[in-house]
Amino acid sequence: MDFFNDKHVEAAKDLIYKMADDQLIIGHRNSEWTGLGPILEEDIAFSSMAQDKLGQSEHLYNLLHELGEADADTVAFTRNENQFHSCHLVELPIGEYDFSLIRHFLFDMAEAIRFEMLVDSSYENLAQLARKFKGEIKYHTMHANTWLQQLATGNEESKARMQNALNEAWPLALGIFEPGAAEDVLKEVNIFEGEAALEAKWLQEVTALLDKAGLSIPDGVSPVYGGRKGQHTAHLQPLLDEMTEVYSIDPTADW
Amino acid sequence: MDNVDIQYSEVDIRNFLKEVKDPEIPPISIVDLGIVTKISITESNDVHVTLTPTFAGCPALKIMEDLVKERLNKVDGIGSVSVNTSFETTWTTDMISEEGREALLKHGLAPPKQNVGYMELDVLSDTPCPYCSSRNTMLKSPFGPTLCRSLHYCNNCKQAFEGFKPV
Repeated sequence: MDFFNDKHVEAAKDLIYKMADDQLIIGHRNSEWTGLGPILEEDIAFSSMAQDKLGQSEHLYNLLHELGEADADTVAFTRNENQFHSCHLVELPIGEYDFSLIRHFLFDMAEAIRFEMLVDSSYENLAQLARKFKGEIKYHTMHANTWLQQLATGNEESKARMQNALNEAWPLALGIFEPGAAEDVLKEVNIFEGEAALEAKWLQEVTALLDKAGLSIPDGVSPVYGGRKGQHTAHLQPLLDEMTEVYSIDPTADW
Repeated sequence: MDNVDIQYSEVDIRNFLKEVKDPEIPPISIVDLGIVTKISITESNDVHVTLTPTFAGCPALKIMEDLVKERLNKVDGIGSVSVNTSFETTWTTDMISEEGREALLKHGLAPPKQNVGYMELDVLSDTPCPYCSSRNTMLKSPFGPTLCRSLHYCNNCKQAFEGFKPV
């Protein structure tokens, strides 16, 4: 689409930044299972998903570059934590496998629906990416849901672990849908329907799958907001320090 | 030899590009993989090629762009060569040619099922075994050694195998 004015460009940037940052950070976290997965197939699964997420984030950063931001590497590797728009859910450490699986389920279900909604976006370059990512993420949600159903219906310990992980992750997952700065602008020109619409669809889908798995959604929980505004937990900066270690030593390094 | 008068066609360029192989699956060319989505040639034989990524995180993308340039730069009479990657055409595994599917099979990689559209994921569960053709197979993991491959096991010939994931 041709953007009508700067207001629309800024609103689109806000949306793409949070998507790209979520993907970059969860991609990095996923990669922390490389070499540590409980079985070989799971090691490969989290490593492959990490690669998908990083690839997707790079293409989103390229889109931001088209909108006037710095190039992908500069944006990914030179910002401080307060310049990141990622939600808190993605920045937490991998924890035990139960937490990583529940986070993976809650986050990827939201992403899959977000991409589905963006397939018809009036911002054609973003719609093109959404069409591509949609085909890739179905393998992520399939993986997450398979393990959710297996472990939540396994034995007492596996069920208790999945429930505890869900209790921990739920308020953070609600933070994915922290209202954006200019959602009415995005709606007005049909770029994106907004976080509230996404949350409603997500809630419906994850509730059905959690019910099927016999897990209970915790009651009366407040969403954890702040990530979209650059307020983060103590876990993000150390992640960024590690991720940018080589780049900080030599920005021209090639590998 | 004087090539001044040659005007290359899209078919010519496509034939040259049939020699460019996917670095991750060398038996298949990028043409048979279906990722060459646009070729334009000017009167002075300047060529522009557009590729579409198989997977967004495919590490071979940049290499394939370079391989395209390298191949076309070797052709007598071709002027400047430029290559870009675009998501304008969304690649799906249905874009792999018949020849490409045969090449995958010969490589021991089960070709992806076709026309699966917004598939149900059990589409992966009875992938035909590339060794004995049995459909009595099971999906071990949707994630394999590269982004485009899944892991399977054949209950008939007791052989583990890889498949090309339908997208």
